[in-house]
Amino acid sequence: MHKSPIHDFHVQHGAQMVEFAGWEMPIKYTSIIDEHNQVRNAGGMFDVSHMGRLEIKGLHAKRLLEHTCSRIIGSMQHGQCRYSFMCNEQGGVKDDVIVMRLDDDEFMVVVNASNREKIVAHLDAVKAAREFKVNIDDKTFKTAMVAAQGPRIMALIGGVSKEIPTLKKYRFTTKNLLVLKLIVSRTGYTGEDGVEVILPASGVNMAMKLLMKDVDPDDPDAPMKPAGLGARDTLRIEAGMPLYGHELGEEINALATGFDFAIGMNKNTDEHGETFIGQQALQKTVDDGGPKARLIGLEIDSKRTARQHMKVLLPGGDQIGEITSGCLSPTLGKSIAMAYAAAGRLNEGDACLVDTGKATLEARVVPLPFYKRD
Amino acid sequence: MSTPPADRKYAESHEWHKLDGDTLTIGISAFAVDQLTDLTFIEMKEPGTHLSPGDVAGEVESVKTTSDVYCFAEGDVIEANAALADNPGLVNEDPYEKGWLVKVKVTDPSGLDALMDADTYAAEHTA
Repeated sequence: MHKSPIHDFHVQHGAQMVEFAGWEMPIKYTSIIDEHNQVRNAGGMFDVSHMGRLEIKGLHAKRLLEHTCSRIIGSMQHGQCRYSFMCNEQGGVKDDVIVMRLDDDEFMVVVNASNREKIVAHLDAVKAAREFKVNIDDKTFKTAMVAAQGPRIMALIGGVSKEIPTLKKYRFTTKNLLVLKLIVSRTGYTGEDGVEVILPASGVNMAMKLLMKDVDPDDPDAPMKPAGLGARDTLRIEAGMPLYGHELGEEINALATGFDFAIGMNKNTDEHGETFIGQQALQKTVDDGGPKARLIGLEIDSKRTARQHMKVLLPGGDQIGEITSGCLSPTLGKSIAMAYAAAGRLNEGDACLVDTGKATLEARVVPLPFYKRD
Repeated sequence: MSTPPADRKYAESHEWHKLDGDTLTIGISAFAVDQLTDLTFIEMKEPGTHLSPGDVAGEVESVKTTSDVYCFAEGDVIEANAALADNPGLVNEDPYEKGWLVKVKVTDPSGLDALMDADTYAAEHTA
């Protein structure tokens, strides 16, 4: 099993370690709910080193990504990040990724841990088929990645760097910290402000000491504490953010997600006329009247949690969809869930039911995201 | 993690059973609680429900998962822990005392003989 370069940090801070996509990662240090609230109220530090980091560099780097990413890449500026899908030919989602543009011909692509090998193989296959001159270098094991998220994080970072707090959302900067080259982006997966940092694996323990040097995890008012993947999941559910294997998958039409901003259906206007893999299928989906299912938000009238694969029913009892993720929201104090439901059948405010297998819970459709910081 | 108390017996499925006279109190071990993570919802069978050894006495939900809780004696449910309705986290804080789940009036305790004592359970389940 792969270990994060800051595995020892987790052990020292009393983490409960679990297997996640072939990595041994912390699910929690103290309590998932406490860590969730710490991120919403102050700040949390997540190790996300398990995520794949692929450097794409060379003459055809942009064309390779233009052809594999649903989002337009050519208009990205240096220092910009974009959230995108990578689709299969059928318009299903192979993965959701963050593309960072370092230079005209140099990108960093952050992919899900569970999809890293698949995406590397996919990019290699497209490169070979199109005879692209590009170098695809999997930097995952040479680097670490840490996310610092929460309303007090930017002030905390302001004590170390004047520049980073001036970054706009979805922008990044490269910094040299002593001998380390860092990529710091104003991105995240919690619905809070904050940064994600990619840095060399050899220097991450030193960087962690620096980052946590004035932080006492036992202080209830600490601006930042370690937080595990358990809290990361409940935070992203509240923020209405999709997770591969739940809201995203090869069999799920990219348009069904409702994240239309991440799908550049006008891509062939690119200077090379480059369309993206899956674009044709998605155009057919549009031409046929749109996706058959849509991602919706549900608020459940219970303290019970709606879990993946539970059935969503119309009030009359007919099945109309399936839960993808759910939690008892620590921030809202309500049971919330995301689900796919037949398009056009359930609208905001409509009542429906969730069948847990043992009980039937009353629910209603609410807008996504469930939580948004003002 | 706290050592399991020696005054009760433990099931492979991580319930503890403590018998006082004919009143059996059931809860879940600290090991189970640590694996479940924060509890979010608890529902036990109604008072009056008859349980046979191996029957489901109720359900606990955590951030991570939903699990059944089993009873290993014969008897009738007399009381569920009312404090857990508003504060299921009490089970995380104090799984062996304040975080008990359900009490059963036992008609036949012989099912408990097959359960483990604290030392055997602790040897098998060290976190």
